[in-house]
Amino acid sequence: MRYIIIFSLSFLLACKKDIQEVNMVYPKLDPIKGDAKAGNWKPILLTSPNEVACPAPVSINSTRYQGETQEIMDLQKNMSDAQRTIINYWRAGAVLRWNEIMRELVAKNNIPPYQNPDGTYPVPNASNPFAYPTFPFANPPYAARAYAYLSAAQYDALVSAYHYKALHKRPSPSENQPLIQSHFSSTSGSSFPSEDAVVMAVSVEMMKLLFPADTAFVNQKAREHVLARIAGGGNVREDIEAGEIIGRAVAAKFIARARTDGAGAAVGTPAIWESMKQSVVAKGETPWLSQETPPRPPMLPLFGNVKPFLFSTSDIASKLRPVPPPSTSSAQFKKELEEVYLVTSNLNREQERICIFWADGVRTYTPPGHWNYIACEDFVNQQISEVRWARNLALLNMSLMDAAIVCWDTKYYYFNPRPMQIDSRIKTTVGLPNFPSYISGHSTFSGAASAILSHLTPSQAGKYNAMAKEASESRIYGGIHYRSDCEVGLNVGNKVGEFAIKRALSDGAD
Amino acid sequence: MRVLFIIFLMVHVAKLSYSQTDFDGLFMDRNYLCAGLVSSYSSFTHYWEGEKKRDNLNMGTVSNTSVGVMGNYGLSDRLNFIFNLPYVQTRASAGNMQGQNGIQDLSLWLKYALMQKKIFKGDLQLIPALGYSMPTRYYTPDVLPLSIGMQSRVWSYRMIVDYEKDHWYFTGSSTYMHRQNIFLDRNTYYTDRQIYSNEVIMPDVWMWNARFGYRNQDIIADVFYENMNTIGGFDIARNAMPFPSNNMDYHRIGAYFKYETPVNGLSILANGFTTLAGRNMGHWSGIGLGAFYIIDMTKKH
Repeated sequence: MRYIIIFSLSFLLACKKDIQEVNMVYPKLDPIKGDAKAGNWKPILLTSPNEVACPAPVSINSTRYQGETQEIMDLQKNMSDAQRTIINYWRAGAVLRWNEIMRELVAKNNIPPYQNPDGTYPVPNASNPFAYPTFPFANPPYAARAYAYLSAAQYDALVSAYHYKALHKRPSPSENQPLIQSHFSSTSGSSFPSEDAVVMAVSVEMMKLLFPADTAFVNQKAREHVLARIAGGGNVREDIEAGEIIGRAVAAKFIARARTDGAGAAVGTPAIWESMKQSVVAKGETPWLSQETPPRPPMLPLFGNVKPFLFSTSDIASKLRPVPPPSTSSAQFKKELEEVYLVTSNLNREQERICIFWADGVRTYTPPGHWNYIACEDFVNQQISEVRWARNLALLNMSLMDAAIVCWDTKYYYFNPRPMQIDSRIKTTVGLPNFPSYISGHSTFSGAASAILSHLTPSQAGKYNAMAKEASESRIYGGIHYRSDCEVGLNVGNKVGEFAIKRALSDGAD
Repeated sequence: MRVLFIIFLMVHVAKLSYSQTDFDGLFMDRNYLCAGLVSSYSSFTHYWEGEKKRDNLNMGTVSNTSVGVMGNYGLSDRLNFIFNLPYVQTRASAGNMQGQNGIQDLSLWLKYALMQKKIFKGDLQLIPALGYSMPTRYYTPDVLPLSIGMQSRVWSYRMIVDYEKDHWYFTGSSTYMHRQNIFLDRNTYYTDRQIYSNEVIMPDVWMWNARFGYRNQDIIADVFYENMNTIGGFDIARNAMPFPSNNMDYHRIGAYFKYETPVNGLSILANGFTTLAGRNMGHWSGIGLGAFYIIDMTKKH
């Protein structure tokens, strides 16, 4: 009998399984500095902050305004727990949350397509995004570009919004109507237009372009965001609508750029892939070969031709593309290949941990997403304004996109083989990316990110540099890169980051 | 170890059918230990991605080889303590993914003959069992299907019904496995949404097992059916890799054979299984071999 008791007791002791998700406990955004003059900061694509028009707000004594404050009071009277949860979620900040949503879309869509029965591979099609393979395959270059367009567009839209906020100076609903409880901090002295709505609208438009198959999910988030702002007493509906007008107009400029930046042609053609291979053969080097079965076409070979944000296309060949990798017949190459074999065949637990921590492979937000997460974790503690959030993330993400461009240019310019192509004894813990080795994408991304983040938060520079080095070396532990790939990649990334720093020093925000 | 060896030499063995497993209706007598080595090999080439069956030319055949120590000790004639600790090695025959290896999970069971009753001239037993298994070290559960295990601590609550008549027997068991959360080496992961934590909720599991066979002083032979049903979890996305908290189900059949050798106390066993259907799971088939020895642990003068 006593065993039955023990049996039942242990069943009851079965522990609770809930986990604490880090991003669900972010504090309410309550900026130390309002950056009320951000309307004067230098935009990225806009020629001036009032290039997009914003209608003037109605008087706070008007029937419309009174009706809209009544809407808030009605919502607050009957607030449900679900609504409270939504408000708490959006209180952490609009730029932060839409960045997170973008990371989620990237992770969801970051899966290479399965092969056709004849051994070829289908290419996702933007005009038929729901059919398999769903559009897009959010691989690292695609993701880097997506983050950059999102952040840059958010930044320009907020610069414009801050211009109009300073112009109209409408107090927040709770300042006008004491019966309204505000769940948000006061928004830089003016709630018109709503900066949340600006960020929401510009993000929705960019995501519809970049992740068309996920529009329903994105629209749902947008509805919740608007609900949070109104029910939470942050804005009246007119603030929101004005923000949406600015957000959509700015998005249109960035969408026009995205349609002509060259990314659509980055897949290339079989003739281009072959000519890349032959140019390496002509130099007497060993060309890269896909190690997958069936052989998969290389990932976005013409991504190096995409138009960068921080420098001109001609700067790539003249200032950024590194010297060639060690020749596959050189002693240096043999030494580096041997290092990869030795490390991977005796991988210790700490190296395995580093490998997996930085893997950021299939079904993840990619290395650019990882650096966005790292940056956001730090910005959350700094209590900066929405516009500064957008500016910092725009600098980070333009660096990451431009790092991808230079890295992909270099990879396909030299087209050199991965370690296991030369030495089949080498195995990987993290999966082998399907594109040439030199230079390491992780290293280039990390070099660029650590450079600009160190400039934005100098107190954390040591941490960012150590992380970048670890991310870079993780690829040697993973058996998929030589040391040259990693060291040169970090260095090239740093140089890309320098361009972002130059911009940061002159954008009027410091 | 030397003590164990000496005990080996001075064993006293009763000629009975003994059990080694946590799912049968047999018990070791008080103070007797039945211990041994089991090894197994299992593999799959096709697997179920969600419910869709496919292969993966970049993995080829995934195999799992294990060698383990197992034992069953009679705390009393009706209460047995069972332990098992395997070393596991995994490998993919194609592609470039690194196989994993190492000592996996220690599992411990208590099995109690709650009720033993004559019914229709046969013997009916009702046997509750409580199991706990835990990883003996951190191995990564994040490189499935090559991880050596799930890294979860598991409480298992099992009820066994065993009926034997004229040496023919039926044993049925049902097990609820409460799986504790596991931890990854990364701080975010995607299931059917993005989760910012290194902790993963492992869905619980129901296991059902039904065996029918013959047993006497010399042999045990049965055929069995086993079903694993994960309660919750998500499906592997098209062409993505598996994840520990996938909704993993299977239906398997197999056979088990054990033979008491003429050497007093020494028995050997063999078993095999194949998978009939599954979800987020390899189409595993496997064989196992083992050898056991019975030791009298009663203090001798």
